[in-house]
Amino acid sequence: MSEQSAQIPVTVLTGYLGSGKTTLLNRILSEDHGKRYAVIVNEFGEIGIDNDLIVESDEEIYEMNNGCVCCTVRGDLVRVVEGLTRRPGRFDAIIVETTGLADPAPVAQTFFMDDDVRAKTRLDAVVALVDAKHLPLRLKDSKEAADQIAFADVIVLNKTDLVTPEELAQVETAVRAINPYARIHKTERAGVALSEVLDRGAFDLKRALENDPHFLDHDHPDHVCGPDCDHDHNHHHHDHDHDHHHHDHHEGLAAIHDVGVTSVSLRGGEMDPKKFFPWIQKTTQIDGPNILRLKGIIAFKDDPERYVVQGVHMIIEGDHQRPWKEGERRESRLVFIGRELDAERLKQTFEACQA
Amino acid sequence: MPTVAPLDLTGHCVSACFLGDVPVFALADGVVHRLAGGHAWTEAHDGLLTAAPTRDGKCLITGGEDGKVMSLSPEGSVELLAEVGRKWITSVATGPQDIVAFASGKVAYVRFSDGRMRELEHPRSVEGLAFAPKGVRLGVARYNGATLHFPATDSKPTELEWAGAHTGITFSPDGNFLVTTMQENALHGWKLSDGRHMRMAGYPAKVKSLSWSAKGRWLATSGAPAAIVWPFQGKDGPMGKAPLELGTRGDAMVTQVACHPNEDIVAIGYSDGMILAARFADQKEVLLRRAGKGAISAMTWDREGRRLAFGTETGDCGIVDISA
Repeated sequence: MSEQSAQIPVTVLTGYLGSGKTTLLNRILSEDHGKRYAVIVNEFGEIGIDNDLIVESDEEIYEMNNGCVCCTVRGDLVRVVEGLTRRPGRFDAIIVETTGLADPAPVAQTFFMDDDVRAKTRLDAVVALVDAKHLPLRLKDSKEAADQIAFADVIVLNKTDLVTPEELAQVETAVRAINPYARIHKTERAGVALSEVLDRGAFDLKRALENDPHFLDHDHPDHVCGPDCDHDHNHHHHDHDHDHHHHDHHEGLAAIHDVGVTSVSLRGGEMDPKKFFPWIQKTTQIDGPNILRLKGIIAFKDDPERYVVQGVHMIIEGDHQRPWKEGERRESRLVFIGRELDAERLKQTFEACQA
Repeated sequence: MPTVAPLDLTGHCVSACFLGDVPVFALADGVVHRLAGGHAWTEAHDGLLTAAPTRDGKCLITGGEDGKVMSLSPEGSVELLAEVGRKWITSVATGPQDIVAFASGKVAYVRFSDGRMRELEHPRSVEGLAFAPKGVRLGVARYNGATLHFPATDSKPTELEWAGAHTGITFSPDGNFLVTTMQENALHGWKLSDGRHMRMAGYPAKVKSLSWSAKGRWLATSGAPAAIVWPFQGKDGPMGKAPLELGTRGDAMVTQVACHPNEDIVAIGYSDGMILAARFADQKEVLLRRAGKGAISAMTWDREGRRLAFGTETGDCGIVDISA
């Protein structure tokens, strides 16, 4: 068994109070799907199911003592994951429910920064539940609502029955403007197929690319979704308008609220590793607090393999993914999602790293 | 030659120690195994997270996922000491006069021998607990430092500050020093008389096991490919001094350390299940156990220092006898 498959998958569930998190959790705990989940919650509160694999834990955010304000971990998660993984075989996966106001970064960073957690578990996906009716208000009065969307790999746009089709389209545009890469599922009463939420392999860019080779290509005007592309496939009118929504996102944002979170998508040729690595280090050091997520596929000159890089704030990691295929365009792609990103500066400095 | 009497169990061993003469092995599934004549066991919890023997060595205090604190005797009887509902009991500590402290969330609970309880609320989670060697003084490891309480009185707690998350805590046997393990790969220490700081950093991994040598002259620690042993003989502890590195290996990490109760010798448990004993004076090593199935997760000497009880993450536990 490879190390990867021995690691227990962890799904992080974010979303504001009233977005449908509890409904979804109750479904996960009660539906007959043949899997057992350990669930880490902040309060047993509304979960009406008695299950000894539900662990109540006080959200405890610890700044790492390395002088970096955005390097944070969830201390309680470190402890609970250690306890749970001492008794393997009781469950197949772990779900972490965050409080409504939570910043998802510390949870995600725990899976990068804590060696023990890393050795035993892997972050499968960050899932954000979004209340279609109240999102405009949430985006207006809080920073966290946009952060949760920006961070998500999967977004469940819930309570669609409470809004008009026009309102829904506007909300979806706003979500897309913040995060063009997450998969969106539109639901009522959190009625998303659990297989679309759990065991997705969506957080890890290497796995996301295996599951969906066009993962980073959805904004490309030339891109035509092939049959293997299951992007947003749960709604029946399978058009691909969503791929292009963010091209006109200023209009959509103006209609709702300028949340300040945007994505910057960069594209270049073959890169010089001697230029690229110092650049990405420096960029994440300077802009780290504003960078929520970054993902990229890099073509290095004279390197027969594709290099994938991903990060959260100042933490970045990269690895070779697979050999470039014959005839495949050796192109570098890098996407930043964050606040106050200087798109022009990022573009120029990125392009300066080309070989 | 040391001999090993294996005890093959299933599951992660949280604590291996002696109650009187009886070796006990507390497993994460909540079952505590005893070797009293034959192999016997008792289910103490649904999920056991933490355990510590009492000062007199007569009982094992355990805390579990079931929110219960139990006291287990060498005969196998189990007594419920306290219950806090559905939250995990993440740490226990034992003090003088049969006092027990335990942690759940932000509260450190102190249970006196007459059953009276005291709740000490903290602004952040209580991570680690330890009683001072003398008097009823409780140390709490927490975010950004440690808090020292006199739980038998109403006096104000002493706050010791140091940025970062402190996860474990221990007092030196003479009561002069307090040392914490941290979320970072480092230890922090305070000289209690004047609050001076000691930084013990440079570990490649988190430090999870600490053990004071006989008379508290050294502090042995895990978290590196060798046992890192800090000198505490001087009045300023290890400040400005280099530690000993004992039992260095190239292919395994030290996961547990247990100092011999009488001599300057430390038992070193590794990530592959091997156990060595190393002497401080000449760094001479003796193999106590060959590599096994999993990392050593618990180790304690008996009072005479003849036998070493050990447990692993994979359940292959046992007793090493060095007297033969």
